[in-house]
Amino acid sequence: MSVHLGMPTVRPLPAADPADPLRWGPTFPDAAHETLQDGQLRANLRRATHTIRDKRLAVTAELSDWEDLRAAGSGVKQQVMATLPDLLEQLEASVTARGGVVHWARDAAEANRIVTDLVRAADAHEVVKVKSMATQEIGLNEHLAAAGIEATETDLAELIVQLAGDMPSHILVPAIHRNRDQIRDIFTGSMGDAPAGLTSEPADLAAAARAHLRARFLRADVAISGANLAVADTGTVAVVESEGNGRMCLTLPRVLITVMGIEKVLPTFTDLEVFMQLLPRSSTGERMNPYTTFWTGVTPGDGPQEFHLVLLDNGRTRALADEIGRTALHCIRCSACLNVCPVYERTGGHAYGSVYPGPIGAILTPQLLGVGAEGGLDPHDPAATLPFASSLCGACYDACPVKIDIPTALVHLRDQAQHPQGRRARPTGWSVGLGLAALSMRSGTVFRWAGRAVPLARRLLPRRVRRLPFPGSLWTSSRDLPVLPRQTFRDWFEQRPEPGAAGGQVADRQGTGGTGGTRADGEEQP
Amino acid sequence: MSARTEVLARVRRALAPAPGRSAAPVPTVPRDYRRHGDVATGSSEAVELLVDRLVDYRATVVRTSTAGLAAAVAAQLEGVPRVVVPPGLDPAWVAAAREAVGEVLVDGVAPVGDPTGDATGDATGDPMAVPGASVAPLSHAALDATAAVVTACRVAVAETGTIVLDGEGDQGRRVLTLLPDRHVCVVRADQVVGSVPEAVALLATHPERPMTWISGPSATSDIELVRVEGVHGPRDLRVLVVED
Amino acid sequence: MRIAIFATCLSDALFPQAAQATVRVLERLGHEVDVPAGQACCGQMHVNSGYQGQALPVIRNHVRAFEPVLDGEWDAVVAPSGSCVAATRHQQGMVCRRAGDERLARRAEQLAGRTYELSELLVDVLGVTDVGAWFPHRVTYHPTCHSLRMLRVGDRPTRLLRAVAGLELVDLPEADQCCGFGGTFSLKNSETSAAMVADKCANVVSTGAPYLTAGDWSCLMNISGALDRGGSGVRSLHLAEILAATREHPWRPEPEVAHVGRAAGRGAGRSAGRAEVGA
Repeated sequence: MSVHLGMPTVRPLPAADPADPLRWGPTFPDAAHETLQDGQLRANLRRATHTIRDKRLAVTAELSDWEDLRAAGSGVKQQVMATLPDLLEQLEASVTARGGVVHWARDAAEANRIVTDLVRAADAHEVVKVKSMATQEIGLNEHLAAAGIEATETDLAELIVQLAGDMPSHILVPAIHRNRDQIRDIFTGSMGDAPAGLTSEPADLAAAARAHLRARFLRADVAISGANLAVADTGTVAVVESEGNGRMCLTLPRVLITVMGIEKVLPTFTDLEVFMQLLPRSSTGERMNPYTTFWTGVTPGDGPQEFHLVLLDNGRTRALADEIGRTALHCIRCSACLNVCPVYERTGGHAYGSVYPGPIGAILTPQLLGVGAEGGLDPHDPAATLPFASSLCGACYDACPVKIDIPTALVHLRDQAQHPQGRRARPTGWSVGLGLAALSMRSGTVFRWAGRAVPLARRLLPRRVRRLPFPGSLWTSSRDLPVLPRQTFRDWFEQRPEPGAAGGQVADRQGTGGTGGTRADGEEQP
Repeated sequence: MSARTEVLARVRRALAPAPGRSAAPVPTVPRDYRRHGDVATGSSEAVELLVDRLVDYRATVVRTSTAGLAAAVAAQLEGVPRVVVPPGLDPAWVAAAREAVGEVLVDGVAPVGDPTGDATGDATGDPMAVPGASVAPLSHAALDATAAVVTACRVAVAETGTIVLDGEGDQGRRVLTLLPDRHVCVVRADQVVGSVPEAVALLATHPERPMTWISGPSATSDIELVRVEGVHGPRDLRVLVVED
Repeated sequence: MRIAIFATCLSDALFPQAAQATVRVLERLGHEVDVPAGQACCGQMHVNSGYQGQALPVIRNHVRAFEPVLDGEWDAVVAPSGSCVAATRHQQGMVCRRAGDERLARRAEQLAGRTYELSELLVDVLGVTDVGAWFPHRVTYHPTCHSLRMLRVGDRPTRLLRAVAGLELVDLPEADQCCGFGGTFSLKNSETSAAMVADKCANVVSTGAPYLTAGDWSCLMNISGALDRGGSGVRSLHLAEILAATREHPWRPEPEVAHVGRAAGRGAGRSAGRAEVGA
């Protein structure tokens, strides 16, 4: 399957239906080759990510205790992972005591089956959905469609993505790859009841979505949601949102089905005081999002009278087994790391070939698929290229509200990706080249001799190297090679005339002492 | 093996220490963040901050006194053909609504939570306290055809501009504040706390109640991250802050 | 003070001017420098490329070369690279521990505690910001990700630069954005890397400064390679090279060479030939 981006508007992105929401498309470099060509996408992303970066920085700077909140968030998440079995059992008991029903799903297929059976038991043929990463991850909509159940996404961006036949390209703003004109065209072409003369003004587009969905909200008997968090000691579940579509889904239908990854559990109700500060400010860059709904089981006379909570594993326990990798499970899906990532900003979300793009996706997706595990991900699998899709600049770590050390996890998973347990890695150009380098770098003497190859190469190469054959072309396609030195540092240090006389005296003896001061940039004299 | 048994077994296996190593201790959580806001509950600074935040969200804010509240409620309902109120709303406010609006619907569902209503002081939880309360809950269709709702609130957070409803008698079922397009919400100054932790501590006394945290009118930023107010929830939030 | 120079593999073989300049600055300030013969590399390239097993002997060699600092052989270790110092501080211990060598991990961490990036050494350890340098040019500074986010060097480099006589520091727009180097990332994801460095170059050129500096030749190699390809005329040099420049011994575009004779004449010609700087 290949990803074709840069097409005219309202062609689905990617063009082909992904077979697996966690793994579609080619390797990251190949997918990025396509998406980098799309100037419109680059412009959309640049504008959007820069806008939200500034907003986030402004609202986090407002809190004098922001770093303390991050430390607490990180601490709570570590505590959750360490006590996960107990918390899950406690959550189950709390939800059950309040009239909810808890289901467990080992994988996507089992979760889809549970939800489908529940919808059928409610005798429903259509459902309304709140934006949810977990249901994206398991491909629930496609599964429901195959069972003859129509699922309508009600979040504006998810609706755009659904109408266009796209895959999401951002955790928070799944249609970030579409601009207002494209969205207008998608609505006009696919919505059915789009008003005549619809403009591309965001307010008009939002109004069109409101009118389109209103009737569906009012007639729906079943709603499906994800969960931002669930509290073990009380059984309270929360959905954090902006538009009110979440409130509609969580309030109006008779039956509510919530699909939640097992890692989203929090120990106590009091922990809300940390996460309800961290999440909105990191996510949309607001002091608080417009609406958050908290519900605890079933409340007679108020909201859904039947509540099902589906607890999903789907690879999470694999990640949990890895002491470094498990930090990916701390993620609260705020998407701050995407918005600050220089790689994401250029390639867009579709290059990651997973519903989880960006830095967090680069460490989460391969782990959900079993990277490094015996019988897990093949080193040549597209998802195994994700940990390499980073320059390790560290902007994601600084932005993460729960302080996930994404660069360290990336480095760890790079090793895991190339050295899966129980499999002998096939030698590649990389492994051989780096192996030779390592041989020279394990001894100062050897490296010193090896380093002398550089001045030697200087004599053989032209002064300016602008083109090299592969793999050197990977560098020279956009950059010149540096001018090579005539001597290694250590040779210079040992051979310089006298310690403490470095610099001028040496230069003078070279007869070049004056050249520096009389260089052509004399106009720069103060 | 059931899915439950297997998932829990996988989790335990994943956390099991390596052979020969003992289990790592459960980390303690550093909680050095502020448990109280920089403004005192009910202070004029708290109210100022709340108002500033709400205005930033483009909510309409009116500052009034207990004496002026009924008139303020009436003023916010001007031109509205029909309004709904929860069954435990202060009768004086209901009366004010009746003055301003042709039709006042009183939702008929018994309030959730403390039946004495003493948690909010002047609100009473008895649905019969309001003359004209319907015995049955209003239908979604009826509420969708209603232009406005008037409620009280449980607590408000100054720093974040957040109003919390928890389903008490003077706030009603969640749907009441969802379908009408205008939400008129009365916040007493003594309900305004500085920070999120203070609000959570208050709400923890009844964690089982369905809660809605509201920070401004419905909004979206899904199109080019341009904020647009008004999507599915009430597009018009009017907050009456009562100071005495 | 007696200070050991950790030249780093990149500077030793490809950019000796950074390590040379480090030596000159420290000697000018009256310190004694030493270049431990056993040194080679910190192992970062292998770790970041996913070959921690190959990195382990490299790290072991690094520790062996510099651990005399723990016994008082030197007072500190300094490297003209934020990235390599960050690797010693944040990576080496982890890699050793993962390989089951707890002793080496602890030793590496102790050593890292005595290893400084140049601006850290100057400002924090030696307590100087004005090192007596002279560089009469407009300069813009790229803060490099690892110095910025792993070492948190903060404003130390710019404090040093502002104290340089004649130097006018020009703010770089979007300075905190990565240049796209990322070691083997620049090869494995060369097109994404190229897109990143193109934006960095545009920001550098927009400052109008004829000189770009940074604390790491790795990032500078990337940016200057792209600047040169684009014919921008902006010249790149390491922070140490600016700090080493004085009125008596101004900066020259080529590394010094200890051999007299053959290299001198060619060097002079080349220096002159490369001296055109686009304003």
